[in-house]
Amino acid sequence: MNQRRSIFLLSALVFGFAFLYVPILSMIVFSFNESKLVTVWGGFSVKWYRALLSNERMLEAAWLSIRIAAVTATIAVVLGTMAAFALSRFGRFRLRALFAGMVTAPLVMPEVITGLSLLLLFVAFAPLPLFPDARGFSTITIAHTTLTMAYVTVVVQSRLSMLDESLEEAALDLGARPAKVFLVITLPLIAPALISGWLLAFTLSLDDLVIASFTAGPTTNTLPMMIFSTVRRGLTPEINALATIMVGIVTVFVVTAGVLMARQERKRELEMRAAWQAAAAAGPRQ
Amino acid sequence: MANPSYVSLGQRLISALEAVLAVIVSSYPYRASAGLLRRAGVTGRTLVIAIPTIWLLLFFLVPFLIVLKISFAETRWLGSPPYTPLFEWVEGQYLQIKLSFGNYLFLLRDSLYVQAFLSSLKVAFISTIFCLLIGYPMAYAIARASPSWRNTLLMLVILPFWTSFLLRVYAWIGLLSNQGVINQVLMSLGITREPIVMLQTDFAMYVGIVYSYLPFMILPLYANLEKHDPSLLEAAVDLGCRPFRAFLSITLPLSRPGIIAGSMLVFIPAVGEFVIPRLLGGTSSLMIGRVLWDEYFANRNWPVASAVAIALLLLLVVPIVIFQRMQARETFGAAR
Amino acid sequence: MSAHPDERDAPWLDPKAQPYVRIENVTKKFGEFVAVNDVSLNIYRGEIFCLLGGSGSGKTTLLRMLAGFEQPTSGRIFIDGVPMEGVPPYERPVNMMFQSYALFPHMTVEQNVAFGLKQEGLPRAEIEERVAEMLSIVKLNGLEKRKPHQLSGGQRQRVALARSLVKRPKLLLLDEPLGALDKKLREHTQFELVNIQERLGVTFIVVTHDQEEAMTLATRIGLMDQGRIVQVGTPYEIYEFPNSRFVAEFIGNVNMFEGRLVEDEPDHVTIDSHDLGGTLYVGHGVSAAPDALVWAAIRPEKMVLSREEPPGQHNKASGIITEIAYMGDISIYIVELDSGKRVRVTQPNTHRHADDRFSWDERVWVSWSDSAAVVVTE
Repeated sequence: MNQRRSIFLLSALVFGFAFLYVPILSMIVFSFNESKLVTVWGGFSVKWYRALLSNERMLEAAWLSIRIAAVTATIAVVLGTMAAFALSRFGRFRLRALFAGMVTAPLVMPEVITGLSLLLLFVAFAPLPLFPDARGFSTITIAHTTLTMAYVTVVVQSRLSMLDESLEEAALDLGARPAKVFLVITLPLIAPALISGWLLAFTLSLDDLVIASFTAGPTTNTLPMMIFSTVRRGLTPEINALATIMVGIVTVFVVTAGVLMARQERKRELEMRAAWQAAAAAGPRQ
Repeated sequence: MANPSYVSLGQRLISALEAVLAVIVSSYPYRASAGLLRRAGVTGRTLVIAIPTIWLLLFFLVPFLIVLKISFAETRWLGSPPYTPLFEWVEGQYLQIKLSFGNYLFLLRDSLYVQAFLSSLKVAFISTIFCLLIGYPMAYAIARASPSWRNTLLMLVILPFWTSFLLRVYAWIGLLSNQGVINQVLMSLGITREPIVMLQTDFAMYVGIVYSYLPFMILPLYANLEKHDPSLLEAAVDLGCRPFRAFLSITLPLSRPGIIAGSMLVFIPAVGEFVIPRLLGGTSSLMIGRVLWDEYFANRNWPVASAVAIALLLLLVVPIVIFQRMQARETFGAAR
Repeated sequence: MSAHPDERDAPWLDPKAQPYVRIENVTKKFGEFVAVNDVSLNIYRGEIFCLLGGSGSGKTTLLRMLAGFEQPTSGRIFIDGVPMEGVPPYERPVNMMFQSYALFPHMTVEQNVAFGLKQEGLPRAEIEERVAEMLSIVKLNGLEKRKPHQLSGGQRQRVALARSLVKRPKLLLLDEPLGALDKKLREHTQFELVNIQERLGVTFIVVTHDQEEAMTLATRIGLMDQGRIVQVGTPYEIYEFPNSRFVAEFIGNVNMFEGRLVEDEPDHVTIDSHDLGGTLYVGHGVSAAPDALVWAAIRPEKMVLSREEPPGQHNKASGIITEIAYMGDISIYIVELDSGKRVRVTQPNTHRHADDRFSWDERVWVSWSDSAAVVVTE
């Protein structure tokens, strides 16, 4: 009975991961294909990488997207951390329900609606001072920030709820003002959440097609918009090469972070065990 | 990933951060501006609430109200903006409010829109079921794997999520096209002589949606299943329950919150999905996300596009509220 | 009431003494829930005052109001004569030791202890000197560079103590200071805590749910129940002269006999108790209406077992031993009286070879002296 169950679970895992990874792997393999036909193997070559790296418009779009993503992620981390802090540390305040609802609503809002509504706002408010009068970098960044700060809020809030509140109280008790407590106690302790929130916001922004398409001006082209229009015209190995580069960067990043964190965790556990064992050996004096 | 109360991502980084912050806090500009705000009666607390609130009011609530407003306007083909105003001063004296329900009536009368809404719901529902069927055993298997394997498997689930969604959808074009990998394998094995047409069909669209949203199903399910106490199952088996019955009567009911959360995370965005149907799907099942897109970009009909957006939102209100409630309960429970 | 010989000095008995902490009619509500209900207390310099009570009794809320983490809904708190309304935690002359210790995980032992001094903006040399001094008082020399996760539970407790004492507060609040330690370490640490307190001359307010801890540490105990202070007194007073059934039953074990006052004289009372199946004679006066329902509380160790009927009319009953627990230093007997009431009696095991020990199902007499019982009216 048990064996049958584990065979079933194992095949579920194998099938599931095959489903998740075969498309990515085939895309990588064909990025090294000599042939122009994306799906027929014609020998190993890196010419599509060369073609990609000399595609000015693609590089320009990529650079724009990276800039948008970096600015988006930074603003989103600041705003999302504020929102998370308000939600998890301020108890009840007026209009808290509205606040909480507005913060998390973009998470579940269909992208087409978010995109359309922000576009209509930018059009309506363009004549007003302080508002961008041409759509492009700034409008896309604002739109992406609104979307991604919701994700940052969720990540930071879950971290804050795990943090022992008496750490912050202890700092207050020892004479630190609230702003200082936040800077020297809370912030360093939630730093890992801020980093993952930033990376998440960066990735989401870099990846977004729909909202960017709505809020971009007629001459602005982000990387996903370029990819989309290229793909609609048909398959091209250049996109495979681009995909391979992006998958490669992400994999290196995620795997390194995972390994580092696991190692840190193991070291910490060993040190903890050592301290307790030493104390037990020394008796109640220690 | 394991979540101890404190995970360090590098002590040096944090101490450096701390040193920088200490300098900022003791710097003159910081102190001066903090003092200024305090004298004006603005506390840090107020600012922390006010800044995100202003942002969200301006870029979430107001845009939404604009969409609502425009959905009640009439289309004006020549002109900028391309819709009639809702409020108008007549002779500088009366405020005239013109609400037009024409766009909504149009949506109801034209079978294209009703069809699109229905097929969006159908596609999202079927995709959710498939995600559940594939994702549940995977989440269960990961939750039951040994701790050393668990993190690796979980990382493998999350990894595609970090890579471009658009490019992952694109990958399926290479697999499913007539000269694609799958057809080539099938033909070389002699299973079929002619390539099977898969791209631009409903089949390809379902594959794409299930593929893209599978991690969203697995993660909440895993988070739930991982918390289950294995001794519950042992107790059930000890009391004479067969393993499969024990699963049905213990594990499955206990994992209901995970099932609901995962299903909502797949269903809600799938209803409004635009990219996947556009790249992989055919023209037969038109989805509402694409209708909205075309209404705006191709027809430049802003009022109808707005009405479609409002209708789509109304359609999703129930699942969104369910999801928000659960989210609130989860965070509330975690805070205790 | 005579003072117990253990009391060194008792400022609370001196009408001219100024209380260091004055709590006046403090009430704290969380929504509808009343956490602290009209509490008034005076706590004097140099005391170790224990707030004792079960979970939800309001003791921690009261402590958090002293620290400034909660504001009273009504009532006032004075520390050293200064009203504490609107004074934030970081400006109070008070430090707190948290139940979880709340050591900053990203700082070393040294940095943790120095944190409070840094906030005062003291010169670096002075900070270093005071940190080193404090660490040697709590015997943590050599562990300065460790992080909290590299310490054992007892060491963490000392760091927490050092961190809260290094600012030389006049008043230290301790929330279950020994709660996270195992039993052996706890006893050892109790005495050390008292030593440090005496050496530095700090006033301690300790919150605890552990009556034994309160008895050993406290100069006085304030017993709390459902947000109210039910009795304040030295450990001796609380144990020997409880003012209610709740107090008598909360601390230690007690046999409670319900009855009616039949004779009410200034120097003694007699109580007719159906629980006992006889009359009780108590050698102190009681302020209660004649014929009122009262309870006589008698501690198990103040009862005596005998085979022969003791002389006298009162304060005795016969019954059958139903259970015996041998504890080493003492033995606990459960005797079922003829009235049906079960009483608990403890007897010291003074002889190693006691051939005449009582046994199960033996018929015995339970008796006690005139001064053994305390009469409570509520």
